[in-house]
Amino acid sequence: MTVDMSQFYQVFFEEAAEHLAAMENLLLGLDIDAPDPENLNAIFRSAHSIKGGSATFGFQNMAQVTHILESLLDRIRNGELQLRAEMVDIFLKAGDVLQNQLEAHQNGGEADEENARAICEQLSRLATSENSGAPLASGAGEAPAPAADAHAVRTYHIRFEPDDGFPQRRANMDNLIEELGHLGRLSILEDGRHAPDGFSEEAAEGKLLWRFTLETASGEAEINAIFDFVAKAGELEISAEAPGSNKAEEEEETAYGFFTDIPEQAPDQPEEDQGYGFFTDLPSPAEKTASEEAEQGYGFFEEIQPPAPTVTAKAAAPLRTAPQSGEKNALASQSESSIRVSVEKVDHLINLVGELVITQAMLAQTASKLDPEIVEILGNALGQLEHNTRDLQESVMSIRMMPISFVFSRYPRVVRDLCAKLGKQVELKTVGEGTELDKGLIEKLSDPLTHLVRNSLDHGIETPEKRIAAGKPEKGTVTLRASHQGGNIVIEVIDDGAGINRDRILEKAKERGMAVSDSMSDQDVYQLIFAPGFSTADVVTDVSGRGVGMDVVKKNIVNGMGGRIEIDSTLGQGSRITIRLPLTLAILDGMSVGVSGENYIIPLTYIVESLKPKEEDVKTVSGQGRVLHVRGEYIPLVALYEIFNISPKVSKPHEGILVLVEAEGKKIALFVDELLGQHQVVIKSLESNFRKVPGISGATIMGDGKVALILDMSSLVSLSRNA
Amino acid sequence: MDLGVIENHEADTAAEPQAFLTFTLGSEEYGIDILKVQEIRGYDSVTRIANAPEFIKGVVNLRGIIVPIVDLRLKFDLGSAEYNEFTVVIVLNLRDRVVGIVVDGVSDVISLPREKIQRAPDLGSTVDTEHLLGLGTLDDRMLILMDIEHLMNSPDMGLVETA
Repeated sequence: MTVDMSQFYQVFFEEAAEHLAAMENLLLGLDIDAPDPENLNAIFRSAHSIKGGSATFGFQNMAQVTHILESLLDRIRNGELQLRAEMVDIFLKAGDVLQNQLEAHQNGGEADEENARAICEQLSRLATSENSGAPLASGAGEAPAPAADAHAVRTYHIRFEPDDGFPQRRANMDNLIEELGHLGRLSILEDGRHAPDGFSEEAAEGKLLWRFTLETASGEAEINAIFDFVAKAGELEISAEAPGSNKAEEEEETAYGFFTDIPEQAPDQPEEDQGYGFFTDLPSPAEKTASEEAEQGYGFFEEIQPPAPTVTAKAAAPLRTAPQSGEKNALASQSESSIRVSVEKVDHLINLVGELVITQAMLAQTASKLDPEIVEILGNALGQLEHNTRDLQESVMSIRMMPISFVFSRYPRVVRDLCAKLGKQVELKTVGEGTELDKGLIEKLSDPLTHLVRNSLDHGIETPEKRIAAGKPEKGTVTLRASHQGGNIVIEVIDDGAGINRDRILEKAKERGMAVSDSMSDQDVYQLIFAPGFSTADVVTDVSGRGVGMDVVKKNIVNGMGGRIEIDSTLGQGSRITIRLPLTLAILDGMSVGVSGENYIIPLTYIVESLKPKEEDVKTVSGQGRVLHVRGEYIPLVALYEIFNISPKVSKPHEGILVLVEAEGKKIALFVDELLGQHQVVIKSLESNFRKVPGISGATIMGDGKVALILDMSSLVSLSRNA
Repeated sequence: MDLGVIENHEADTAAEPQAFLTFTLGSEEYGIDILKVQEIRGYDSVTRIANAPEFIKGVVNLRGIIVPIVDLRLKFDLGSAEYNEFTVVIVLNLRDRVVGIVVDGVSDVISLPREKIQRAPDLGSTVDTEHLLGLGTLDDRMLILMDIEHLMNSPDMGLVETA
């Protein structure tokens, strides 16, 4: 039977990526000397889930790496191996290898197998090099049972009953059964594929049942992890049996009661109850030593005579909650409380709500023209409508919002690796990780921010010796801070390093023949850093110093995200780079201007100033080109009506307004009739139904339902050069 | 009779009659495939696009989508290009884009059996028959059946990016 697995691949890719990210975070957070057993377990579970999934989907290379990784982790968490810093390094590298392999599978590329082999060797070496490490006390863990029981072989009853779409998953069962087999001694009590009673394939489609018993030293989490990618909630039941008790093994029910004095009651319990009652007056010694395990909690009772045994067992179950069960419930509820939705659907929703807001505004406008008496009646309802649409818009917009921790979380790793490379000691602090911003921005933010963090580490923070000499703590600090300020997101990269040397920048700038003067303000001097190819680093390292980068950072932030970037610095004390971003890519702060009755939007980030020139400030060059003379600078004057071929209403600059804009490092003065106001506008694509128009970057819908075009500053600047 | 022309343009199978929306441009009557029509609306608040040909009137906001508006009267130099409350825009939903066309007036939806449609005769270089599906006969009137999708995607409409 051929099975189309591709529909499950995407789920696996996403989950595996999440597991990898979780693993990396946990590894970085590990305290080497006294690792938290909970964290070790979590790392192990992540690795194991990836292994289970990749094996099921036939990604052997990933399964291989995770297998070695997992066995090593297993021994660490069981206290057989002592965790060392070196291990964490290798684990992190293994994570990178897995990431690489995952991407290769996802995008159909080639994974770096050389690297994978190397990491496998390193991992195996770790496993063998220290066989007899001092056992670590493993506290709460997979087995909340007494430590002695931790590795005892236990028998699990597994019941797997997929409810739908099963034919696709059927083939996975082979892999799954094989995986289970690795854990311990597996016996298949019932195999859905060769169901008895002459089940035909068609008849079997609805209900299929697998039942296994598995004798293994592994915990229930491992079993769960194997089923992770196959079973949906409610399809899988795993119940554990106390070691040594094999009497009830053949029983049909997943719930067991052991009551020797009333034996006939046991088969009468039809409940699929996962609670167990162990009663010490049971005669069987094996059952007396029953140790607790499994997810649902246990009740221990002495001397309780069972007149209504089922009830007691049930009621007692919640009394003792194993630590693991709490954690599991939390995890379960987490996965149930979120759904994956394609961004397309969300965008469509946002679009529709945007329309609703406009419609509501139009309605309000129309209503205000009506008879005051009617307005009063309508007023309340309209007010309510306005309120509700705003609320709706806000909540819909928030769907696209993600906490910035998605970006921040990658920097501990970057800092760690760089510190090792540069021989510096740096502590990374993050503040305001919960600050939310648009998903699109998050994706675009990570590259420039990485660059800034690397720069801070390389150029900002000094070596420990220099720091001590300067009377600073040996360990430098880089702080990433995110916050909301007005309608903006502000992200700061702060370091307590050497700061930026103003004179050095000026010197370099002069060397490169840039137009600078000693009287420039600090801000202006710092902005020179963003010039293409500018670098003050004396030595080019593989970290930074080539001078490519800062210009790209600025370009990404200003052009790509509509933000701005500022630098503050105090020599010897450190520096701060501040990035201001709009809350979302879909919205832009703009100035609307009027030209001969047409509305255009100029993105606010480009505007330097607006002014009404005096007649004598505008001069012509060779009778044609006009320039504006402002504070000693001559700036080319660009009339929008000329560029857009509109018959002008106002053709003399001193009768209109000049908007000074700066783009691509050039300033131009845009000549418009009037300024109409400042708006937040929703950006719409012009190209989806039309073609690209020179000088226009998009369109938006104004409050009255009309379309206004958004000017593309970069292309206007170059258009003006050609004109 | 030759139905090949029709079949080339994703018509229904066999001899099922095809439904057309008919409209007028000046004194001529045109028909377009009804399945390509999204809606019919009035003409208002068009935002001009700079440096576009005259027949591209600009763009409008159609429930949050920016839709270009083409005046076919100007494109074909038919009728008088006046804009008042009776001016009609047919919003077309073509394969991957939405476009509005301005016409003199929308008349009817008609169902035309295959045998009433014939291939447009070759009119030499004076008329471009490339955008025509054929000529239909309805009662005694001649209906010019236009391949609107072909027309809208043609480079001389200036609606699509010409690489």
